[in-house]
Amino acid sequence: MSEYVSDSRLERVLKVGHLGVTSECGPPRGSDPEEIKKKGMLIKDYVDAVNVTDNQTAMTRMSSLAACVHLKLLGIEPVLQMVTRDRNRVALQSDILGAASFDISNMLCLSGDHQSFGDCAQGQNVHDLDSMQLVQTVRYMRDEGKFLGGDDIKRPPRLFVGAAANPFADPFEIRVPRLAKKIACGAEFIQTQCIYNVDKFKEWMRRASDRGLTEKVFIMAGMTPMKSVGMAKYMKNKVPGMDVPDEIIQRLAGVEKKHQAQEGIQICVEHIQELKEVPGIAGFHIMAIEWEEKVPEIVEKSGLYPRPEV
Amino acid sequence: MIIAEKKPIEEIIREVEAYDRILVLGCNECVTVCEAGGKKEVEVLASVLRMNFMAQDREKTIDERTLERQCDHEYLEEIRDVIDQYDAVISLACGVGVQFAAEKYMTTPVLPGVNTVCLGANEDRGLWTERCQACGSCVLARTGGICPVSRCAKRVLNGPCGGSTNGKCEISKDTDCAWQLIIDRLKALGKMDDYEIVAPVKDWSTDRAGGPRTVTREDVKI
Ligand code: SF4
Ligand code: SF4
Repeated sequence: MSEYVSDSRLERVLKVGHLGVTSECGPPRGSDPEEIKKKGMLIKDYVDAVNVTDNQTAMTRMSSLAACVHLKLLGIEPVLQMVTRDRNRVALQSDILGAASFDISNMLCLSGDHQSFGDCAQGQNVHDLDSMQLVQTVRYMRDEGKFLGGDDIKRPPRLFVGAAANPFADPFEIRVPRLAKKIACGAEFIQTQCIYNVDKFKEWMRRASDRGLTEKVFIMAGMTPMKSVGMAKYMKNKVPGMDVPDEIIQRLAGVEKKHQAQEGIQICVEHIQELKEVPGIAGFHIMAIEWEEKVPEIVEKSGLYPRPEV
Repeated sequence: MIIAEKKPIEEIIREVEAYDRILVLGCNECVTVCEAGGKKEVEVLASVLRMNFMAQDREKTIDERTLERQCDHEYLEEIRDVIDQYDAVISLACGVGVQFAAEKYMTTPVLPGVNTVCLGANEDRGLWTERCQACGSCVLARTGGICPVSRCAKRVLNGPCGGSTNGKCEISKDTDCAWQLIIDRLKALGKMDDYEIVAPVKDWSTDRAGGPRTVTREDVKI
């Protein structure tokens, strides 16, 4: 169908009007592909696509592109995450073509965590482009069929292009203008930072929708189940740009330690159910960090299973 | 101005160990203002070196000199008649001064006595902060007069990134998020609409990426 810009299943699910479901897998810190394949197989039938992180928290890992290929070969649709921290425009464009050569159909453009958090804190960062300029770059390559330098691309990439949004980072008043800017750069879907403060998120959605932005982009709400009250406190105090209300911490603290994980999943499911009703929500991005085995349960309990045929 | 910081004394001692006649050469400009390499610092470093070698019973000549500028032919020429008296020069000028001295006096080792850090401002007594990375194509008109190239840890031109919290950068609670500063300033200017103007992919060829840069001004040439 001509209105599709790629062969992405995620794109079709969203454009047909179903709530999309994505999840994520982090590539291993070694060269054994079994780990990523195993994670992928656990969630394969419960999601439309799986994001593959790109050296997240600036820790060196197997390349996102290689891990995406492993998933793709198993019939799992990957979302290639690309950060601008480590590669200049030559390398980024080259990896985009590499991904397209394997018919990878989704890409998420990010700036990446600062390298000082990772295992190569003494390294250089690149940041030749920023995340919005990377969005512009992919759109230019796909839509104009050209490299940034102006030359024609033989068989341009066909990628459904996404970006991240953090409705909670400061300053709050520019959160919606910033989303508008990402859309202006060409983002077609947005995956948000983990949502715990549902009210604040709804306020952000309301403002986005007042500006007509939810008509222009598919917003997928980011969900991460809490494993314990310790994790909730860590997220609240240590992770930049994360908004964890005290009620969540109190609720987790209120149950026995061995039941906290289940309570965390319950909270996540309740949030999904509440957010399903919010106008403009196009789907959910479930990031169960190193807890992929719980994704099927969350998807099922939230009434998002089975995934639609498209 | 150019901001420099004193090198650790142990490192300087290691560098000059092998030489017997040493000239400690200061500079009266930026490094004087940021108190890293002016006349005062030359005196202090020279005495520390003298004491150090004296304690080891080693005889060394350690002389002091401070030039108006080390990044200028005219002033560097002032030591031409004495340079041969020394086995090495330890220059307390910024990296520019050290190199210029080295280029001029081809057969004398010129060693750096400071670490050149950035182009910065003196915010407070004893506090200097980076303001510019000399990218060669200034974007300040679009960013409320705050430089995202030098002041954002990720050089993002369409920020802030997702890591900005309470006005601070994700790298540290002590570092302002440049984009918070930009937004505050745009707000103060009543120009918040400018925030949504997308900064296009930057041409970094005027930056260090384009190789060493030269500025030629025909109108001032003689
Ligand atoms: S934009 Fe470039 S020239 Fe302007 S202040 Fe920043 S680094 Fe300096
Ligand atoms: S937090 Fe602000 S200053 Fe730090 S990297 Fe992000 S945008 Fe740049």
